[in-house]
Amino acid sequence: MSMSEIFEPFARLLSDIATPAAVRALEVSGDVAPIWSAVEASGYLDILVGEEFGGAGLTLSDAAPIFELLGRHALPLPIGDTMLARALLARAGVEYGADYGSAPIALVTGAQPCVGAGFASAFLTGSPTAPVLQAAEVSATGVHGDRSAVVSLSGSAELRPVAAILRALTISGAAHQLLEMTVAYANDRAQFGKPIGKFQAVQQQLAVLAEQAVAARIAAAMGARAGLDASPLQAALAKHNASVAAAQIAPIAHGVHGAIGISEEYDLQLFTRRLNEWRMADGSEAYWADVVGHARLGQPDVPTTQFIRSAI
Amino acid sequence: MFDSLTISSLPSVDAALAVDLRALIADTVADMPTDKRARTWAGHSAEFSRKLGQAGYLGLTLPKAYGGQERGPFARFVVVEELLSAGAPVAAHWIADRQSGPLIHRFGTEEQRQFYLPKICKGEALFCIGMSEPGSGSDLASVRTRAEKDGDHWVLNGQKIWTTNAPQSHYMIALVRTSGTAADRHAGLSQLIVDLSLPGITIRPIEDLTGDSHFAEVFFDNVRLPADALVGSEGEGWKQVNAELAFERSGPERIYSSVILLDAWASHLREVGRSEASVRLLGGLTAKLAVLREMSIAVTAQLAAGESPVVEASLVKDLGTSLEQSIPSLIAEDLAAHPDEAVDPMLFKTLNYLSHIAPSFSLRGGTREILRGIIARGLGLR
Repeated sequence: MSMSEIFEPFARLLSDIATPAAVRALEVSGDVAPIWSAVEASGYLDILVGEEFGGAGLTLSDAAPIFELLGRHALPLPIGDTMLARALLARAGVEYGADYGSAPIALVTGAQPCVGAGFASAFLTGSPTAPVLQAAEVSATGVHGDRSAVVSLSGSAELRPVAAILRALTISGAAHQLLEMTVAYANDRAQFGKPIGKFQAVQQQLAVLAEQAVAARIAAAMGARAGLDASPLQAALAKHNASVAAAQIAPIAHGVHGAIGISEEYDLQLFTRRLNEWRMADGSEAYWADVVGHARLGQPDVPTTQFIRSAI
Repeated sequence: MFDSLTISSLPSVDAALAVDLRALIADTVADMPTDKRARTWAGHSAEFSRKLGQAGYLGLTLPKAYGGQERGPFARFVVVEELLSAGAPVAAHWIADRQSGPLIHRFGTEEQRQFYLPKICKGEALFCIGMSEPGSGSDLASVRTRAEKDGDHWVLNGQKIWTTNAPQSHYMIALVRTSGTAADRHAGLSQLIVDLSLPGITIRPIEDLTGDSHFAEVFFDNVRLPADALVGSEGEGWKQVNAELAFERSGPERIYSSVILLDAWASHLREVGRSEASVRLLGGLTAKLAVLREMSIAVTAQLAAGESPVVEASLVKDLGTSLEQSIPSLIAEDLAAHPDEAVDPMLFKTLNYLSHIAPSFSLRGGTREILRGIIARGLGLR
């Protein structure tokens, strides 16, 4: 089976069930059931679980397109989080089916709001090699349309690298969706008698958006290549760059769209709000820059290129 | 969009090239002060280039029959990265190895290949490229330097400017008009190999704002060139130049121009202690360099697969030169944020050399605005 044969059914599934209307409904109601039962039934939640444990046994790198698709649909659900959690729990031999079944799992990596925690009924802490799954209380943020939440557990810094790589992958997916939407809008919207995409000032902005989207994709792929046991430094190279890209892409996409982009009924806002959330989630660009900076200073007399070669 | 640009890895057989090369470089750069090493691909040493040629590090992508190594773009990436990150003086062979050799191999006649390529691979034939003119910068198709046929010769008249390394080069590959007028734009342009020792050629170095003279004006006054000075097809110069620019825009030289300074500043931070802001800045710059390196390798993989990644190369060059330019600016801010901390004079000199020359990073090989226009075309906006 080729990789694209593995991904296409999932892409079709999301196109059917994760429409912009369905995402809006999720944000309003918080009701995971309609989408979750379909995702659960698809079997894709075990895409990263080892074959010896009954999963598909894909590496994080192989499965990267799955996580990018979640970003392409601006999904606020912790689907990627659950996929990672199930892989870690399976290989550590943690039995959780009786208590939690196929429930949505959020990764708890700190004291700030966790992605998708408002939808989750189980929460992962511990470490990639010794994961701990448990129930917890969540506090909603109160931010409009936001279902991330603060979780009443001590967050795990050890889970932060793999969570950050997941975030880099969903940023990459959302970034490419925004690039396509924004280019299409620039070709469609006419002012001064021609499409605004014909103006050099707009073209230069879109070129920067494209550069950042590609940088996010390559950065996320670097993280995915490092796998479930990525070091903090490997995660840092991925998430720093993805968060930098997220912070640049959202304002350009809005700038090109004008007022329509900040309206509720237009889909752009689903993606840019998600980019803002994922940029901060599991460490912003500054947090991960600190990680790289300290690692760099810890290796005296090594040229930068050699440092990078041994880090990736 | 740009889906064919995907993460790739350097084949270990190519990565292994760096090991022996490192010793050769160490010998050469051992006595070079940091501010000289910071010149990276503007640093000129014909002797070092010949050494590299003898050791088989030039012409890596060219066939063995012409003295090359038949190794491909990944091998060249490894060698170039090693040279640039050490600040080795590579300017002498740079243009010939990067673009003149591949151009002659692709478009030249068998006689031209046999004559030029072995010399290029030995680091003995040094090339420059004649593109810009006083009236033609970004609008390259407006060149006015003209070659007319006279029997079995070309007669060349006109002027090139900002020609890097012209004073030290043996040959120039010049983009000139061979028919029509400037109004004909892309039609009627051809590429000629000009032997710079011929009568009628005057080369005047131009001093830059750092005191260096790496570029020059070149005047042609009735220069008689043999018929076989034409490389490729008459009238196809525009197409050939653009194929050449994909080589010029994709390499690691578009990300490493400030890396010697970055290393020197990291050493400084270790000595004076570290503020949190400095550590964060160092980490951010290093992380951005890491992803750009992966992007440059991804473009190299496209070249290795026989593709012509014109848009992707433009994208990496624009991001890369922006980072190269930000490094001296941000380090300047950080150093002077601590007025009570002494700064090593060599670090200060290196920083200021790069601060002054950095504007050139997004000019050479296509300006930022031109590159973003190419990306916009790739996006379907033009």
